[in-house]
Amino acid sequence: MTKTLKGIAASDGIAVAPAYLLVEPDLSFSKDSVSDVDSEVARFKKAVEESTKELEQVRDKAKENLGEDEAQVFDAHLLFLSDPEFTGAIEQEIKGQKINAEAALDETAQKYITIFEGMTDNAYMQERAADVRDVSKRIMAHLLGVMLPDPATIDHEVVVIAHDLTPSDTAQLNKKYVKGFITDIGGRTAHSAIMARSLEIPAVVGTNTITEDVKAGQMVIADGLDGDAIIEPTEDQIKEYNEKGEAFAKQKAEWKKLKNEPSVTADGKHFTIAANIGTPNDMPGVKENGAEAIGLYRTEFLYMNSSDFPTEDEQFDAYKEVIEGMNGKQTIIRTMDIGGDKHLDYWELPDEMNPFLGVRAIRLSLQNKEIFRTQLRALLRASAYGPLGIMFPMIGTLGELRKAKKVLEEEKTSLQEAGVKIGDDLQVGMMIEVPAAAVLADQFAKEVDFFSIGTNDLIQYTMAADRGNDNISYLYQPYNPSVLRLIKHTIDGAHENGIWVGMCGEAAGDNVMFPILLSMGLDEYSMSATSILRIRSLMKKINTEDIKELANEACYVSETFADNEKLVKETLSKLGIEA
Amino acid sequence: MEKREFHIIAETGIHARPATLLVQAASKFGSDVNLEYNGKSVNLKSIMGVMSLGVGQGADVAITAEGDDEKEAIEAIADTMTKEGLAE
Repeated sequence: MTKTLKGIAASDGIAVAPAYLLVEPDLSFSKDSVSDVDSEVARFKKAVEESTKELEQVRDKAKENLGEDEAQVFDAHLLFLSDPEFTGAIEQEIKGQKINAEAALDETAQKYITIFEGMTDNAYMQERAADVRDVSKRIMAHLLGVMLPDPATIDHEVVVIAHDLTPSDTAQLNKKYVKGFITDIGGRTAHSAIMARSLEIPAVVGTNTITEDVKAGQMVIADGLDGDAIIEPTEDQIKEYNEKGEAFAKQKAEWKKLKNEPSVTADGKHFTIAANIGTPNDMPGVKENGAEAIGLYRTEFLYMNSSDFPTEDEQFDAYKEVIEGMNGKQTIIRTMDIGGDKHLDYWELPDEMNPFLGVRAIRLSLQNKEIFRTQLRALLRASAYGPLGIMFPMIGTLGELRKAKKVLEEEKTSLQEAGVKIGDDLQVGMMIEVPAAAVLADQFAKEVDFFSIGTNDLIQYTMAADRGNDNISYLYQPYNPSVLRLIKHTIDGAHENGIWVGMCGEAAGDNVMFPILLSMGLDEYSMSATSILRIRSLMKKINTEDIKELANEACYVSETFADNEKLVKETLSKLGIEA
Repeated sequence: MEKREFHIIAETGIHARPATLLVQAASKFGSDVNLEYNGKSVNLKSIMGVMSLGVGQGADVAITAEGDDEKEAIEAIADTMTKEGLAE
């Protein structure tokens, strides 16, 4: 039976392929006492043997499909499986306590996990706890007679179905065969969605029930353009969606032609279209999509993908690589945005009632100045290699801004005294994401070189709605007139004081939001690299004279989110523009 | 019984890859092979045992082997230690 689920369109494109369920089976068990311990030990040994055989296959497949590095983790797992202390301890548990293998395995594994996790001064050993967990899961699955998914073994085209996709899941996926993702949870900003966009494969997230509705191997369609997931499509639907996918691919090829074109409107006005990046690894996408600048380099990944604070030199190398890679185009680097939902294993922060309203981003930097100073020195040194903008996140008061600038000045002076060269075209700016800062934009504008509006947080703080909470996702309203008024007020405040203003949230690359922002005169639009050419193509079709009144209507005539969606669609269609 | 002492010079101590290599080397032999450090002794054929010792740079450890192939076992382990730059 054909069934269609409505989800969120998270990454453009159409995928038609059999479903691969990346879903963990139920591994719950009851602790039982056994009388025949010998046959229980034999049952355990058999499960270990089967697990070993399976892991060897997985390792070989992983080597073939993903490469030596990705396969190494399975070698480590095999070593744990053949560890006489580990398996011996479990056998002893079975014999000594006369309990079933499942319970003995669980208790022994927990013991080792606790030891490894307790080595808090050693991140490597803490990671080994995850290995023990993975190996135990595999033995447990064999004891219970259920199958674990092994994404590393995928060797034909599939659409991956999951409750959610974690970074470690995606690391095991072979990009060649994975044609799309469909997940139960998540929004456009979820890890799985960002991952799909950077891989340029279609994704539908937030379908709620896909993992329950689809069976392994069933045909599915992931429509990442409209956010539909179709299970067991009819022949006609398959044909229709294949055509839709081809049309999209054609359009994408058309957009690719704009790669080296400047971003100009139909009446010849230039606005900058920039890319958001997380690490220097994102640079190929920046170039392939013809970004005119980097509007946001999120430095927190430097901290998150590390087992200790990145040193000044490590940071300097990463910043320099990106700045040099831009060949004279500007790079905006945001100082670390840790806290909220972003945590570091090696930095214990106090528990907070409301982490998003707590010590995060610049607040954390100002309370931990040595860590902040290290980052600022790395940035200042890197500024010698090309035009750099240093941007402070989550500024809420002028006091915070002045404190951050003072620390920056101190580091600059001390570096200059030591004879270190600082770039001539260094700019200092701030994010506008706290509503208080948006309201006082005219005052902030007198003390910085630029603003960049962070829409995800500005919306969440304006609407008082946690953007990760699915139950109130209806409140995540980029087009709400209240949010738009704050944005307009920020842009006006910046321009009255002669500074430029950009936007570095997903909203900048949104087809409905973009014409409104253009009407407001926003100077720079920074987005996922894969959105750049679509927006450049849209920009080329719009004459700014035709949409002069759009900003005012969106802010002062429209009353709701839906009004504005309709307003933009009607305005564009009246102008004969297809978005 | 064969016994030999080593002074660990590797920056990471006996973690990660070095631990794996030592366990693999020891596992090739029938003899009982143990690693002694800080008054504790663990089975050198057990990756978990070796890792749980947390042997760092600058540590002094002893390896013992007992069994028919104890001499060969100690030689092979000493060989791995020096070849991998683990100890002197």
